[in-house]
Amino acid sequence: MKIHEYQGKELFRKYGVVTPRGFPCFTVDEAVEAAQRLGGKVWVVKAQIHAGGRGKGGGVKVAKTLDEVRTHAKRILGMQLVTHQTGPQGQKVRRLLVEEGADIRKELYVGLVVDRGTQRVALMASSEGGMDIEEVAAKTPERIHKVFVDPAAGLTDSEGRGVARTIGIPDAALGQASDLLRALYRCFWEVDASLVEVNPLILTGDGRVVALDSKINFDDNALFRHEDIVALRDLDEEDPLEIEASKYGLSYISLDGNIGCMVNGAGLAMATMDTIKLYGGSPANFLDVGGGATADRVTAAFKIMLSNPKVKAILVNIFGGIMKCDTIATGVVAAAREVKLAVPLVVRMKGTNEDLGKKILKDSGLPIISADNMAQAGQRIVAAIEAKKATPKPLRKPKLIPKPKPKPKPKPKPKAKPRSQAKFRSKPPSKAKAKTARKVAAKRKKK
Amino acid sequence: MSILVNRNSRVMTQGITGNTGQFHTRTSRDYANGRACFVAGVNPKKAGENFEGIPIFGSVRDAKEQTGATVSVIYVPPPYAAAAIWEAVEADLALAICITEGIPVRDMIEVRDRMRKQDRKTLLLGPNCPGVITPEELKIGIMPGHIHRKGRVGVVSRSGTLTYEAVAQLTELGIGQSTAVGIGGDPVNGLKHVDVLKLFNDDPDTDAVIMIGEIGGSDEEAAAEWVKKNMKKPVVGFIAGVTAPPGKRMGHAGAIISGGKGTAQEKLAVMEACGIKVTRNPAEMGRLLKSVLR
Repeated sequence: MKIHEYQGKELFRKYGVVTPRGFPCFTVDEAVEAAQRLGGKVWVVKAQIHAGGRGKGGGVKVAKTLDEVRTHAKRILGMQLVTHQTGPQGQKVRRLLVEEGADIRKELYVGLVVDRGTQRVALMASSEGGMDIEEVAAKTPERIHKVFVDPAAGLTDSEGRGVARTIGIPDAALGQASDLLRALYRCFWEVDASLVEVNPLILTGDGRVVALDSKINFDDNALFRHEDIVALRDLDEEDPLEIEASKYGLSYISLDGNIGCMVNGAGLAMATMDTIKLYGGSPANFLDVGGGATADRVTAAFKIMLSNPKVKAILVNIFGGIMKCDTIATGVVAAAREVKLAVPLVVRMKGTNEDLGKKILKDSGLPIISADNMAQAGQRIVAAIEAKKATPKPLRKPKLIPKPKPKPKPKPKPKAKPRSQAKFRSKPPSKAKAKTARKVAAKRKKK
Repeated sequence: MSILVNRNSRVMTQGITGNTGQFHTRTSRDYANGRACFVAGVNPKKAGENFEGIPIFGSVRDAKEQTGATVSVIYVPPPYAAAAIWEAVEADLALAICITEGIPVRDMIEVRDRMRKQDRKTLLLGPNCPGVITPEELKIGIMPGHIHRKGRVGVVSRSGTLTYEAVAQLTELGIGQSTAVGIGGDPVNGLKHVDVLKLFNDDPDTDAVIMIGEIGGSDEEAAAEWVKKNMKKPVVGFIAGVTAPPGKRMGHAGAIISGGKGTAQEKLAVMEACGIKVTRNPAEMGRLLKSVLR
């Protein structure tokens, strides 16, 4: 779970982390009023959305008069703020933080994460504040200093001072900086955070260390013991489909493709997405239906997948294991009927009573396509989409064009499609094909 | 032979009276030698009672002393699971297997820290894992027993159903397994890929290993480096999540690409560079393993 900057700063202050004074605002009038209450001559109007990169997107403005506060608040509130983390559609700004201006002498960076290798909390600090820390990590990793904190002792004063010194805090401020870092660590630990980031942490003109920003992510597994933090959740900032899915205990994540997939188990769900991609398709989501693929849950999962207008076909991949395939098949048929499924559905089931399960699918009278294994499922779902498009494109010889470098996000329409279409129409699925696909993948990698 | 568990292991269930604990203790007991192996249950409030003939003790220590059990499987709910792990560790069991999903990371950091500082000998498998099975001898956990077959291939994986997928492919190809180990999908856990690979390397009855990973962390890379230097047996691999977007938790708490680190591509590249044959097609895991068997 994530929270807003202003909520993070409120938590910070509880633990003794120094921040600028400021107030959250939901209207333009509130913003002006907040500036008046703060007094002073300089204010900062900051868009409150969960994504980072707000400044670059025009969501953070400095105002030197109350009129300017009003102008900025008017412009930012309600805007569709686009940052590198929001995607091209942006995120609507519904809240503002109006803060007193700060006299910045130096911008620094400090962050806390769980380090898996040492199984401790790592405090990371850098003298390169205000920048994209990932960039610093990639270009000048020696500028990031790390301390792996002993969980029994917590961050000690000498560790705090040591870190503060290495990032260039002057001797006079070392004590206060160490206090701030230790407070930050206590905050991370006690609220069960998975990430705390202050970028930038600043040194002011008068030599104080202040947290000018806050980012806190929480360990979802620990929310059961933090009612106060759960209350800070802002559903407007979350994908409505992911919220809906969580109500049914489904783990769902929207992606950019057009093939909805429902799988049991996180690892198998990722592997299924990968298979779709491997055969030239593109997954529309990650969906782990969990252990009990009952009719209720499958129906909920189908509804959620289908409320994404991009979805043109659905692939179900269930490794029955202890759960029986006939039970799963019954659930899938019931769900398909209930949602009046109009897109192609490919089902691959494995486990006890597999044949009985397939028979139930076949006897349902629904146009459900069965697959015996994951490769076949991948081929058939891609072929089903191509068939549905029914574009009378000439069958071209498949060309094994190595694609450019793998992209961070799957694109909705991969160029490989015409190729796979031709391939799947010209030959029945075979081992050779899987091999070809592997070769293509290998070639891509070498590229 | 096998690794971690065999027909001679004696096992207790912590959380034997909960729904999950009951269900999976029953299916595990009904598999191969389970009836002889599952000798105790633990529930502090139900000492003296029994679960379908399996005696329940008030503490892990009591269960160990009374029955000689040296392995524990834990189905205790998330808020209490870390304490249950610690109880098993304090009783000096040989192996604690934690199936529970959803344990706060902070709790795991504390338990792992105490285990290290006190130099405890108990091995921890999981949490958030399917368990471990030595086919036709003993199944401890939530995996379907019937897809396994006794043999000489080791399986180690972070995921549940993806492991079953690999095992089923092997079995269909007529290739049996020595032991299949699920190490779990949490960011802070016990045994890692490298630890299990070491055990397989030393096991005279394992000829080759299939290693399955997923996005997040760098355990697979560490294991691959170790394989390059030390492994005497062929290892093949698959990493799930080539299509996973960065910054999103993909079901497992530990399956997240953060700060551009922990991508499937990166892991696959390191594994290949270390001499591990990898496939990008999960339907090919079994056949890939077959191709390296001598």
